[in-house]
Amino acid sequence: MQPTKEDCFIVEGKLALPYQYFAGRTGSRFLIALRDEKKIRGIRCEKCNKVFVPPRSTCERCFSDISQSWVDLEDTGTVTGFTVVRYEEPYQPTKPPYILALIKLDGADTPIAHIIKDIPLTEMKLGLKVKAVFAEKTTSTIMDIDHFRPQEDG
Amino acid sequence: MDQAAIIGVGMTKIEANKAGDTFADMVWEAVNKALDDAGMTINDVDNVVTTSNDFWDGRTISCMAVGDASGARHKNASCVEGDGTFGAFYGLTRALSGDYGTTLVTAHSKGSESISSLITNAAFDPIYERAIGMDMITACAMQATAYLDRTGTTPDQLAMVSVKNHGNAKQNPLAQLPMDLTVDDVLKSEMLSDPLHKLDCSPVSDGCCAIIIANQARASKYSGRPVWIKGVSFCSDSYFLGDRDLARAPSLAQAAQSAFAMAGIKDPATEIDVAELYDAFTYQELMWLEAMGLCEDGKAGSRLESGDFHRNGRLPVNPSGGLLSGHPVIAAGLIRIAEIVKQLRGEAGGYQIPDARRGVAQGVNGLCGQSHCVWVLDRDNQEKEIG
Repeated sequence: MQPTKEDCFIVEGKLALPYQYFAGRTGSRFLIALRDEKKIRGIRCEKCNKVFVPPRSTCERCFSDISQSWVDLEDTGTVTGFTVVRYEEPYQPTKPPYILALIKLDGADTPIAHIIKDIPLTEMKLGLKVKAVFAEKTTSTIMDIDHFRPQEDG
Repeated sequence: MDQAAIIGVGMTKIEANKAGDTFADMVWEAVNKALDDAGMTINDVDNVVTTSNDFWDGRTISCMAVGDASGARHKNASCVEGDGTFGAFYGLTRALSGDYGTTLVTAHSKGSESISSLITNAAFDPIYERAIGMDMITACAMQATAYLDRTGTTPDQLAMVSVKNHGNAKQNPLAQLPMDLTVDDVLKSEMLSDPLHKLDCSPVSDGCCAIIIANQARASKYSGRPVWIKGVSFCSDSYFLGDRDLARAPSLAQAAQSAFAMAGIKDPATEIDVAELYDAFTYQELMWLEAMGLCEDGKAGSRLESGDFHRNGRLPVNPSGGLLSGHPVIAAGLIRIAEIVKQLRGEAGGYQIPDARRGVAQGVNGLCGQSHCVWVLDRDNQEKEIG
């Protein structure tokens, strides 16, 4: 006789895999500037006339090395996509509901993803002008930008 | 290209929790159904491609762990990590290489064994993105916001995709979530991540699909009825969401144009009889339809409202119920191919589209539709006369 589903064993397990992610030479310069100068830096491809952030060593459009053309970006930008996250997960940086957004920094061509605070959820909209709020204490990670908030003259 | 056909398909039922089946059990069931369907034995299979994902399987080198159930012992077996359509693409190229006459392609996963959100969070860049808590649902919600804003598509129209596909699933005995829904039911279901309600999202599922691809010389050698592969293409976009125009899907547009051109199709909106698309979320079905040229840009929502994509409409989309009615990742795209094969052979039972001759299936790999694989299949191995 076939066992019923109730007779079928489930063996509890876990894949716990410590890992060290290398930020690389380019990513490290970005994180050092963020940590030591509270500056957000991008990389420009001169050929494509595009400023990328997060920074990367190569341009996938023209397939060239762009690792030396750093540019300083503003800590202000515009929201190009967002959602209000309403369910809770252990990897979230803050308790839901919270706003996750794509933010095009002034001076950059590619938006970065981050969180937005200090705005009522119902007032959140595409095109909102926001400003970075830096963390009081550095962790040498992207979370040295604690969040973005609406610009006062927004 | 040289001719090749799909000569057998096999699918397990899609379920929320197959507690009684190991991965290999699911693969065994799908493979044997595909062999029966083709009128073949495992000895007629020249080579095998398995498709799986290590994190969903909770095991590294997961693709090698189902070789036994795929009949791969002492055969050339190779593996693809990604959607089943990409495994099938690899399988097709092997059949066309001349070294193998037939390829068995399998794709499986069991969402029930893990926590999907933890796995999809880990798909984001660990230096720049993971810490802000992104996962598949929240990233796709951002894409949905951008798509709705660009096109003026409404949450009600998204809800109609869910109503249609769950309703279609009532005729599909393999579907996990056949449901009678109203637009109101969808809009009142839990808001997970604006604008996506729970019923805008596909469920966590277990399932497996297998197909057998043959070159022209072998396609008609067995008792199964071949369905011909007339056009195939895939195309990828940038990894970072910010590097893409999230409100559009240019990589899908390119893959579709190239697949339709290979198939000699000039106007897919009128020449395709049935489509099985990757509706992991309601908005995606509409967005993919537009990108594939199956509908004018920005108009999929209103075309859906006027009934164009229903089972009796101009272009039935996901008559099987789609992924909204059951979404075993990895197998998902291969199931789209198998469903089109059933339609073109007239074997789709209660959800058969009458006289379907040409169909298109789509698979997606990556976050927010980073890469797409498009398959154009034909009932007959000859040019269809236009008009």
